[in-house]
Amino acid sequence: MVRKIVATGLVLLMSAAMVFAAGRAEGPADDDTLRIGLLVKSLGNSFFEAARDGAMEAAAELGDVEVIYQGPSTPTAEGQIEIIDSLIAQGVHGIAISSNDENALVPAAQRAQRAGIEVISFDSAVAADGRSIHLAPSDDELIGRSQVQAIAEMIDYEGQIAILSASSTATNQNAWIEWMRTALEEPEYANMELVDVVYGDDLSDQSYREAVGLFNSYPDLRGIISPTTVGVAATARAIQDEGLVGQVELTGLGLPSEMSQYVQDGVSQNVALWNPIDLGYAAIYITYHLLRGNVEAEAGAVIPAGRIGDIRVGEGLVAVLGEPFVFDASNIAEFADIY
Amino acid sequence: MEGISNMKHGGVRGTFLHRILARREITLLVIIVLLVAAVGIRAPRFLQPGRQLSILNDTIILLMLTLGQLAVILTAGIDLSVASNLAFTGMAVAMWNMMMPGVPMIVLVGASILIGASLGAFNGVMVAVGKVPPIIMTLGTMSVYRGMVFLISGGAWVSAHQMSPAFRGFARFSFLGLPSLVWIGVLTTGLVYLFLNHTKGGRELYAVGDNETAAGFVGVSANRAKIKAFVLSGAIAGLTGLLWVSRYASAQNDTAIGFELETVAAAVIGGVSIMGGSGSVPGVVLGAVFLGIVKNALTVIGVSPFWQMAIQGGVILIAIVANTLVDRRNQAKLSMNGVSA
Repeated sequence: MVRKIVATGLVLLMSAAMVFAAGRAEGPADDDTLRIGLLVKSLGNSFFEAARDGAMEAAAELGDVEVIYQGPSTPTAEGQIEIIDSLIAQGVHGIAISSNDENALVPAAQRAQRAGIEVISFDSAVAADGRSIHLAPSDDELIGRSQVQAIAEMIDYEGQIAILSASSTATNQNAWIEWMRTALEEPEYANMELVDVVYGDDLSDQSYREAVGLFNSYPDLRGIISPTTVGVAATARAIQDEGLVGQVELTGLGLPSEMSQYVQDGVSQNVALWNPIDLGYAAIYITYHLLRGNVEAEAGAVIPAGRIGDIRVGEGLVAVLGEPFVFDASNIAEFADIY
Repeated sequence: MEGISNMKHGGVRGTFLHRILARREITLLVIIVLLVAAVGIRAPRFLQPGRQLSILNDTIILLMLTLGQLAVILTAGIDLSVASNLAFTGMAVAMWNMMMPGVPMIVLVGASILIGASLGAFNGVMVAVGKVPPIIMTLGTMSVYRGMVFLISGGAWVSAHQMSPAFRGFARFSFLGLPSLVWIGVLTTGLVYLFLNHTKGGRELYAVGDNETAAGFVGVSANRAKIKAFVLSGAIAGLTGLLWVSRYASAQNDTAIGFELETVAAAVIGGVSIMGGSGSVPGVVLGAVFLGIVKNALTVIGVSPFWQMAIQGGVILIAIVANTLVDRRNQAKLSMNGVSA
C-alpha cells in the first residue's frame, strides 16, 4: 500500500516535471536574464579558466547573461554527465560544452535539449546528435596557410624550409601539412622550397635529434615550421644549442607557456595557438544569439560575436573561430601564465 | 673474484693487448667505424668535426642509464623502471626549482641522486628481500613511478620560462670546450668503472650474477649486492632526470617514455649477458654510442619515417648477432689454444 502511494507520488512528480519542462521548451522570455552553463573538461585547468574569463567578458558586454562555470574535478565523461543533469535541474537556458568524450555525452545532452535547453559545444566537440552548433578553434586550411605565411614573413619569402611534425600518422598534423604544401604553390611563395618533413613523435629527445638532423642535412635551411608543442619547443632548444639563432627561423603551434622563453630570447619571432579567451567569449555569443532567436542553427548562418566579428556556420553545423592566435614577444609572457 | 668474470671471456690471463683483443668490444668498435663510414658516404656532413660532439652529447644520458642497467643486469636482474624514475625525479626537481628558484644547483643535484636512489632502493629491497622477480618488480614500479609523475605535477608541465637560468643552463655550460653534460657522463662512467672493477662491492655483483650459490659459499651476500645494484641504477636515473629536464628545458609527464628498453638494447649490444655475471663498462660505452649513432644517422640519411623503427631494430639485431658470432669464434679459438686461468 505504502509502495503504491510512493509510486503514484513519483509518477505525479515526474509528470509535473515533464509539464514544467515542456513549458520551458518554448524558450526564454525576452526580458529574462539568460543563464548559460559553461561546461569544461575539468576544473583547475588554466586553459579553461581562460575560457571562463572570455565567457565572463562576453556576459558583461551582453548584459543580460549569467555564466555558470562548471566542470568535473578530473576530465571524465561521467563527471560531465552528472553536471549536465544538474544543470538541467537548475533550469539553465543554454549549455556550452567542451567535451571529454564526443559520443558518451550525447544522451545527457539530448536530455538537456528535450528540456528546452540550447546545447552547443566548443573546443572539443559533442557528436552532432547532441548539440546544435560546434565552435571549432580553427580549421586545417587556416592553420596550414597561416603557418606558411608566418615563416614566409620571417625569411623574407625566400629560402629552404622544413617541417618538424609529431608522429607520421597523426591525422590533424598530416592535414595541416597538406594545406602547407598547397599554400606553398601560391606565387608569392615561389622562392621558398619545402625540403623535408620530419617526425619527432612528440618526444623531446626525438624532436631535438630530428631538428639537429635538419641542420646537418640542409646547411642552407632558413626556417622550420613545427606545428606541435613538444616539437616546436625542442626545435627552439636545438637552434639555441647549435648557435643558429637568426640563421634558422622558427614558428609553429605551441603552448605559450612552453614557448615563452624562446620567443622572448628571439629564437622564434612568434608561434600560434588557439586562444581560450576568444573561445569562451565566442561560445557565449553564439549561445546567446541562438537563445534570443536572432539566428538559426543552420549551415550558412552568420553569428555576430562582439569584438571577434562575424562567425560563419559551415557544414555539419561547425563554426570556425578563425586563424590561430599569434603569440609574439609583446604578449606571450602574459599568456604563458594562463596556459 | 677476478677469475670468475674472466672465465666468461675465455679465461685469458695474457698481456694487456691479448685481453683487449679477445673481447667483443673490438668487434663492436669495427662495426661502429663501418657504420659511421657508410653514413658518411651518404651524408658527408655527418663526418664533420663537431658533429661527433653533438652525437656524444645526445648519447650521454642513454650511456649513463645503461651503466646503471649494467650493474643490475650483472646480478642477473633487469631494471625497467629507469625511465619512469628519470621522469619522476626530473619533474620533482624541476618543480622544486620552479617554486624556489633560489635553491643552488648543487642541492638539486644531491636531491636528484637521493630521490633516484630511494626509488632504486625500493626495487632492490623488494627484489632481494621480498624475492619478487626483478622483471615483475620493475615492470610494476615502471607504472607506479610514472603515475607518481602525474600525481605531483597534476598533469601540468614545467616550462622553460618557469626554470631559473642556472637550471636551464646546467646541462650545457661549457667547460674546456665540452658541455657539462659530457663531463658528468665521463665522470659517471669513470666512477662506475672503478666501482665494478676495483672495489669488493663491484666484484660481488659479477660473483652473484655468475653463480649466486657459489658466491654465497665464499661469503658474498646476494641480497646486499642486488640492493646495491638497484640503488646505483636508481641514483644514476635520478641524476639523468635532472640532466634531461635541464637539457630540454621542459619537464613533461611522458618524459623519456619507453627509454628503458633503449638502455637494455644498448647493454645487450655492448655484450652484457642478460643472464648476469658478464659485461663491461667499455662494452656498455660502445653499445650506447652505437645506438646513439644509429639514431642520429637515421635523421640525416633521409629514410622514410615509416622505415626508421624497423631499420633501427634491424641494425641492432645485426650488431648483436655479429658480435655474438665473433665472440663464439674467439672463445673456441682460445680454448683450442689451451689458454686458461
